[in-house]
Amino acid sequence: MHVSRRSFLKTTGAVLIAGAFPMSLVKVAFSAAQDFTFAYISDAHIQLIKGTKFVRNWDMGLIRSIREANLLTPRPDFFMFGGDLAQLGMKEELDHGLEIMSRLRGKVHYVIGEHDYYLDLGEYWQDKISPLYYSFDHKGVHFVVLNSILTYDSWTHRKWAAPMDRMLAMARLDNPDGSPFMVGEKQIEWLKKDLEKVDKGTPVVVFSHSPIQKIFKGWNFWTEDAEKVQALLKPFEKVTVIYGHVHQIQYNQIGNISFHAVMATAWPWPYPETYVQVESRLPKLTVPMNRADPFFERDATGWQFIDVRTGNVAMHYQLPDNENRTVAFDPKTGYPQDLKYQDSRNRIPPQDHY
Amino acid sequence: MKARACYLKRVLGAGAVAVTLAACVAFAAPLGLPPVPVPASNPVTPEKVKLGDRLFHDTRFSSTGEVSCSTCHDREKGFTDNLPVSEGIKKLKGTRNAPTVINAVYLESQFWDGREPSLESQSAQPFLNPVEMGLENHEPILKVVRSDPEYQDLFQKAFGRSGDKITMVEVEQALATFERTLVAGNSAFDRYYFGGEKSAMSPAAIRGLNVFVNQGRCVSCHVIEQTQALFTDNRFHMIGVAANQMPKDLDELSAAVEDVKKRGTDVAVLSNEKTSSLGRYAVTRDLTDIGAFKTPTLRNIDLTAPYMHDGSLKTLEEVVQFYNNGGRLEETDPVPELLSGGIRPLNLTPEQEADLVEFMKALTSPEFVKK
Repeated sequence: MHVSRRSFLKTTGAVLIAGAFPMSLVKVAFSAAQDFTFAYISDAHIQLIKGTKFVRNWDMGLIRSIREANLLTPRPDFFMFGGDLAQLGMKEELDHGLEIMSRLRGKVHYVIGEHDYYLDLGEYWQDKISPLYYSFDHKGVHFVVLNSILTYDSWTHRKWAAPMDRMLAMARLDNPDGSPFMVGEKQIEWLKKDLEKVDKGTPVVVFSHSPIQKIFKGWNFWTEDAEKVQALLKPFEKVTVIYGHVHQIQYNQIGNISFHAVMATAWPWPYPETYVQVESRLPKLTVPMNRADPFFERDATGWQFIDVRTGNVAMHYQLPDNENRTVAFDPKTGYPQDLKYQDSRNRIPPQDHY
Repeated sequence: MKARACYLKRVLGAGAVAVTLAACVAFAAPLGLPPVPVPASNPVTPEKVKLGDRLFHDTRFSSTGEVSCSTCHDREKGFTDNLPVSEGIKKLKGTRNAPTVINAVYLESQFWDGREPSLESQSAQPFLNPVEMGLENHEPILKVVRSDPEYQDLFQKAFGRSGDKITMVEVEQALATFERTLVAGNSAFDRYYFGGEKSAMSPAAIRGLNVFVNQGRCVSCHVIEQTQALFTDNRFHMIGVAANQMPKDLDELSAAVEDVKKRGTDVAVLSNEKTSSLGRYAVTRDLTDIGAFKTPTLRNIDLTAPYMHDGSLKTLEEVVQFYNNGGRLEETDPVPELLSGGIRPLNLTPEQEADLVEFMKALTSPEFVKK
């Protein structure tokens, strides 16, 4: 195992500093023959200004992450896009986003986000990009893509003056007239059937746009029926949920389920506590990122490549103008840990005044 | 990091109380600059400076006997060579623009990609680079300094040793000590900004300073602080220069990295434009650093044309145009994919651009102002 681990590190030398993570983390080998990685890009928020003009900053974030991901070695087996390709769900935005995505060399699986959905309720997405929920198997891992940004029908189908009003209402943070995300009964039934076929020892990785856990309702860092989905995942030995939407590093462990958030390529969100000045509901395991330098537009944005070699997940966050981070499942403790900052003595003290 | 810690302590102590530090002893500096950091292992003495000056100008330390440090770092040219990229022995061209030695002592790392941490360690490399001074090893240098009567005397006075006792350590220390004395502040800007002399800068330069710290976004990397201005953040940024040289795909990137591994960074980056374009990545192998180069100081910038790590911009006007277009000379040029998030179009007017150039011309120290 050590030998193959070392050679793996050596070939990924382009992005990993050898020895950056301890060997102890890979002791529970899933199967050496099935080692693979995939890369995860999310929350590009491609935004139309007018005509053929799009917001440069968001374009540049997606372009940069793709350029970097194309330089990974060994090549990732596939790529994930984690939702919010568009800002307001417009065809122009989705088309422009897809044009940039076409530079990515490899197969891409798509997760839909609320910014892609609430203009036409996923019509163009399903036509041009991907089904809204589906599953696939790859090298002994069962992957599930959920559409977790649905909400109550009474909200979705109320009498909106225009579809764009619905889109804007769902895009707004702290909207008193908003509505919480959910997976919904129909999809939960589908998931139940989908998982029935899967052996309980098979590692399961679930991709969703919103966290399948409850963190902060005001910004929909939240899925209303998260517990129902978690219950379906409970019988499996190794389960990981990877979600976008929150534009920041988060990780958590609930029972057998490891949770990881991915970065946005567009912009960072602050941690909820830094915004509302009240007690954070952030998962307790998470070590916050250091503060972003607003001069550097890419600071606190990024993308990740993911290694599933143990059947659990190691997230390697690629963070331009910041320090790359790795959050990996530690079989000793039984939950994900930041490899550098798990020890509080190693942390950079937060700035508490401005 | 060590240098920075030492430097910060000095800044904090720079108010009323003189600070003594065991790890780094500083000496006084001209207006606008912090005290000069000096490592405890290599104190500055007049004898060492004199020796370093002599070594710096000695052409015998090149394989052809025609090139010295001062060939590319010429005092008359602001300690540069005013060439796009430097020419070493037999007119061989490197890939990078000679940075000025003036105020190099304040930099936390040396070379455009920061591959050496100190003036001492930097000084030994150009002797051996095939496109610079072209020696096989340092032996020919030691042979000269151990036998030449003048050096016998100079080394004896500077280090209390001569003959076979002289090693490259003393050569490096003497060169670094000489370079440590090449500090220059007290420019029109310094007199205006730190000296309270309101007439020191022209109205155009004063307007240019305003652009520099506001709409131009220059100051975020070319730092001005409350009591001093180094005009650098000592960091590395991909600002779009030579973007078309950069590896296009994984194969080209791997080839360039192999080149660095095989021949060493110093030799590889100076002999191959593609490898050179890796910038800081050649040192760190961190994707963030692809095409990133060190922020140079802007002090005495009017003397050191052409500009950028490859000397590809001829004038300060071109530099301003390059930044105004968001990391490209012409608006029609493609936007580099890996461009730093700090670089974006600035929407400066032609007047603002001209003022910015006037401001940069006010950064020349009096001892270098052309008469």
